Amino acid sequence: MWDSIQTFFRDLAERDASWNFIYIYDDNELERVLEGMWVTLELSVVCVVFSVVIGLVGAWLQGARSRIVRSVVQGYIQFFRNTPPLVQLMFFYFALGQFTPTYSPDGYLQQPIISNVGWAIISLSFFAGAFNVEIFRAGIEAVPQSTQEAAESLGMSRFQAYVYVVLPLAFRVSLPALNNNLVNLVKTTTQALAIAVPELLYQLVSIYNDYSTAQNACMVLMFIVYITLVGFLVFGMNRWERRMVIPGYGGGGGR
Amino acid sequence: MTDAANGNWTPDLPIVSLKDVHKSFGDLEVLKGISFDVMKGEVICIIGPSGSGKSTLIRCVNALNPIDSGSITVEGQEVNDPKLDKLELRKKVGMVFQQYNLFPHKTALENVMMAPVLVLKEGKASVEARARALIRKVRLDGKEDSFPGELSGGQQQRVAIARSLAMQPDVMLFDEVTAALDPETVKEVLVTIKDLAQEGMTCMLVTHEMGFAREIADHIYFTDRGVIVEHGPPATFFDEAKDPRTQEFLGQIL
Ligand SMILES: Nc1ncnc2c1ncn2[C@@H]1O[C@H](COP(=O)(O)OP(=O)(O)OP(=O)(O)O)[C@@H](O)[C@H]1O
Ligand SMILES: [Mg+2]
Repeated sequence: MWDSIQTFFRDLAERDASWNFIYIYDDNELERVLEGMWVTLELSVVCVVFSVVIGLVGAWLQGARSRIVRSVVQGYIQFFRNTPPLVQLMFFYFALGQFTPTYSPDGYLQQPIISNVGWAIISLSFFAGAFNVEIFRAGIEAVPQSTQEAAESLGMSRFQAYVYVVLPLAFRVSLPALNNNLVNLVKTTTQALAIAVPELLYQLVSIYNDYSTAQNACMVLMFIVYITLVGFLVFGMNRWERRMVIPGYGGGGGR
Repeated sequence: MTDAANGNWTPDLPIVSLKDVHKSFGDLEVLKGISFDVMKGEVICIIGPSGSGKSTLIRCVNALNPIDSGSITVEGQEVNDPKLDKLELRKKVGMVFQQYNLFPHKTALENVMMAPVLVLKEGKASVEARARALIRKVRLDGKEDSFPGELSGGQQQRVAIARSLAMQPDVMLFDEVTAALDPETVKEVLVTIKDLAQEGMTCMLVTHEMGFAREIADHIYFTDRGVIVEHGPPATFFDEAKDPRTQEFLGQIL
């Protein structure tokens, strides 16, 4: 089965030079593409998780009593929201990367402790995290003060009230906006190309640099993979949103 | 004034004691020297015109609003103490709000169970037994698994009362808990409060239900513009009010 598919695409490439699906019939290129997909998936999942955690912590700190803490969070948001993610990636990797300590696994070469993949994760998570802080804050502000007061009058600490009462309610309000931001984040992972993270776009670009006839085929794959990846994310988020609907409580096409 | 430590308190002393309580919001002085005592098992009602500071007063008792000067003690514990352990205070004082303020994402049973499990760190099984008993007590059997959005206002308010009682407080504060309800459902909530009062729960109520106040209160306080204008047991208060402001207020309401 797989053999005949490979043969079909090998023939196609010979008949029509503009449709060279080399990554299907050439096992080396196939491996590169699969690796690229894996890195893209990994980068997406890790950054989504980290950015959500950053958003939750940041939103909590925004309600802190200390003005210093609040202005630090505000400064962080302004920095990451108002500069292009591509510039952030390059700044983290090329500028900050120079100052991070190195280690030597084999005794010859010095390697930085944080790899380019590491920097991509840090940079992209903080980028999307800045938006998530604002998204969660909007959700928190939608929870009536009186609900939190009720929690406090029952003896809950501010932290308990946040975790068990405010967040679950705020989260439901925030989900649609969070959904959008996470979709954006997954798409932005392609910019890690700029610091040579071997994700899918990086692999495909190097494939069609080697085989210029493969360019169309590479573009096609790029779109298919991202439509599928983002499709799964949106599907999951929408299902989650529906599952979170509270009977009798507003929003989300409830009962 | 002595720094009455909690250990010195005995049940024959006032369970709640206010002495010359002052409270301002910015330039607006809302409480201008309020003093009174509540004994254990007593039911007191606070009445007065809108904006006279009734809610503020009652919220000060469980430290939802800090006071500017004076003293409020609950079982001898000073509420105005910066070192106050709010948790200890709130274990003793339950509060029910006009707008119920239930947790909308939790069922009735979960609403009642939440604080004892989280705050008192009690085992789920014993809390659940108590919560179910309380839900029966407020006559909501069968509604354990309903969400607040699926309950009527009166039912929600009774869940809120059960939720507060689950913490086994010594004093209950009620701030116009029937004001958001339609006349039909007011009664079911008042019956619940009456049951409580008859079991000996110390209650401080802000209410506009004069008939109810007359029926269950041991003592009535009339506040206007931040001061207690007049007070007394219901019989003398309603029939022999002397201050013109009280007379005017009662004239409008009754
Ligand atoms: N958090 C606040 N900040 C500023 N002003 C406030 C605040 N809470 C209450 N006030 C003001 O304090 C005054 C007393 O308010 P309070 O809610 O105690 O009145 P009330 O007697 O309970 O009235 P009502 O019968 O309408 O409930 C009002 O003038 C109100 O505007
Ligand atoms: Mg009020």
